[in-house]
Amino acid sequence: MTGGVETIPGARPRYSPSVRVSFVFVVIAVACLFPADLSVTTLDPWSEIRRMLLGVLTPDFFAVEAIGTAILQTIAFALLGVALAAVTGFVLAQFFHLRAVRAACAVVRAIHELFWALIFLQVLGLSPLTGVLAIAIPYAGICAKVYAETLEEAPAAALNVLPAGVSTVSSFFYVRLPDAWVHIKNYTFYRFECGLRSSAVLGFVGLPTLGYYLETAFGEGNYSEAAALLIIFYVLIATLRFWMRPKLLGIYLLAAPFLLEGASDIRFDNIRRFLTEDIVPAPLRGADLLDVQTWVALQDWLQMLLTDQALPGIVATVVLTQIALVATAFLALAFFPLISMQFFGRFGRTIGHVFLVVARSTPEFILVYVFLQLWGPSMLPAIVALALHNGAIIGHLLGRYSDEIRLRPDSAAGLNRYAFEIVPRLYGQFLAFLFYRWEIIMRETAILGVLGIATLGFYIDSAIADIRLDRVMLLIVVTALLNLAIDALSRGIRARLRLSTRVESCQG
Amino acid sequence: MLLQLVRQDLGYDQGPVLRDVSLEIRAGDRIALVGESGAGKSTLLAAIQARLLDQAALVPQNPGLVGSLSVFHNIYMGRLRQHGTWYNLLNLVWPQRREIAAIRPLVERLGLEEKLFEAAGALSGGQQQRVGVCRALHQGGSLVLGDEPVSAVDNHQARTVLDALHEQFDTVILAMHDVDLALRYASRIVGLKHGGIVLDRPSEGMTVADLDFLYRDSDDGRG
Repeated sequence: MTGGVETIPGARPRYSPSVRVSFVFVVIAVACLFPADLSVTTLDPWSEIRRMLLGVLTPDFFAVEAIGTAILQTIAFALLGVALAAVTGFVLAQFFHLRAVRAACAVVRAIHELFWALIFLQVLGLSPLTGVLAIAIPYAGICAKVYAETLEEAPAAALNVLPAGVSTVSSFFYVRLPDAWVHIKNYTFYRFECGLRSSAVLGFVGLPTLGYYLETAFGEGNYSEAAALLIIFYVLIATLRFWMRPKLLGIYLLAAPFLLEGASDIRFDNIRRFLTEDIVPAPLRGADLLDVQTWVALQDWLQMLLTDQALPGIVATVVLTQIALVATAFLALAFFPLISMQFFGRFGRTIGHVFLVVARSTPEFILVYVFLQLWGPSMLPAIVALALHNGAIIGHLLGRYSDEIRLRPDSAAGLNRYAFEIVPRLYGQFLAFLFYRWEIIMRETAILGVLGIATLGFYIDSAIADIRLDRVMLLIVVTALLNLAIDALSRGIRARLRLSTRVESCQG
Repeated sequence: MLLQLVRQDLGYDQGPVLRDVSLEIRAGDRIALVGESGAGKSTLLAAIQARLLDQAALVPQNPGLVGSLSVFHNIYMGRLRQHGTWYNLLNLVWPQRREIAAIRPLVERLGLEEKLFEAAGALSGGQQQRVGVCRALHQGGSLVLGDEPVSAVDNHQARTVLDALHEQFDTVILAMHDVDLALRYASRIVGLKHGGIVLDRPSEGMTVADLDFLYRDSDDGRG
């Protein structure tokens, strides 16, 4: 090669770093398809689908008692959980410069609401506090982070012109808070919407929220009642803006504690036993700590747990996450044109909006549950459900972004416009959204084990059934560490690709 | 006759910018639109554009490049309509030798050969403007409409760009801020002032001084 052209980097075709990273993720996902179990095990999924569709077409809104209780409980748990999280998060945000606070928030965030619920069920039983804390604890970690980042962005100019000697408290209320307040309010409102979904899902572990009634209805094959429950849930979320007014918040918060149902006998005996006995690794319980045998036994115990349970659980969780992530990516790219002015008229976009609202308002856990009923326990229902839900969320955000693109008057239409004009312009944003969802998808994947898919949650759920809480705690810690690792990896990739570092409405 | 405007008001939703415009454009015309910024050059150009969009290659003031795509792809976009969609997609993920061969001479002429596979968004303003010109050249046809196509490049490059445009296209309509270049390249000068066409005549024999009045505030007799 003597030509000068060969040595000039810009003169040869090559792929941008974003495209290369995407390609690597697709290859990984394809490789993950081999070990993944994608079988359909139900005998006649089509007749089940037909019965479900029939249920959707004939919703039974007259199962009033069940529906009313389910909705009220769902709202009450979400309200108290998010309120507690917002207040705690706001206080924690003031100390977010401390490494210990940041780390603690990261850890509680990394553990899914359902895992928190499973822990508190062991300590507090089916008391209302279980549900409230299960939402409040992880949400406090998220709120603290977002609030702190928002307060960080206070205008430096305004801070600089403050007279010397102004107290921290004064400058906080005069300069930092006012600008951040709207942001914080909006974010907390969005958190409440997420809280409704989390609250609904808590029903699957026995709390009296929507999920409980949904599981019952599904178990009885009463699809008309299930459809009614879900439809009312969508309406609730779609009309959130109208009934969740700041003026009414006080009344709601006063009423909510009286609405919560559940056993109220919290026994301190239980709490003490949980902390001092149950979660202590079995080989250490009542053993002589000076005896070498104790530590050998502990090592065996750890090795057994890590190789027999944690490792296969991690492998399954990662395999499922990577496939679901790439499936999400493809669906998001397929969905966003449905609501984009660049591609469809008002009528087409309305249909697109309805579809995306339903897909993203349904908690992924419930979607997985429904698909599991159809196809039986394998990774297939989980992948389809996770990709639908997350694809709809990212598709919605991309659709809104695409509306802001101004095209040349002579730009191409249809598929050419999609491939040459719109997708390349959105691609950085698209990857940023996707990498944000990565950690969320993994957190969700781990919890799906509760439904019988062999991810980490499966081993946690089995250990709970065996009342081996020491194992539960270890496996939950492993799950949290896996999440933190993915979070760090995602942040690293985003920084490498110089993708925007904050995408609020896409967080957890 | 490509286009005939008779006593038309032109403008945007907020109301007309240009009033009472009459203009004829014939195939083979080489027209320079001149006048102060804000005189309505872009408005007139947009009106012509809207009427001739199907046959014209455009060089808008903002080249409308896709920053994350390579220079090659941005130039290729001029011919999206000439090719089948599947071929376009193939060429997007895997630049075809045939298309590279067609585009390379253009970028070489305009001094962009080293940038052919760089992301367009990473280029300087002047380079981006030349990519926009290459796109129009690649699109081809007989008519080009340009809004200040050489505003961001130096004088030498401006001549290269204008030479290329006038060689490629039979009919050339350009809004120009450089009166010197306008007189050199155009065969007809259309002057705009105070929301109307105040001059429309062959450039032959005209000097820069003849166009001075377009850029002066006072002595236009409208007072």
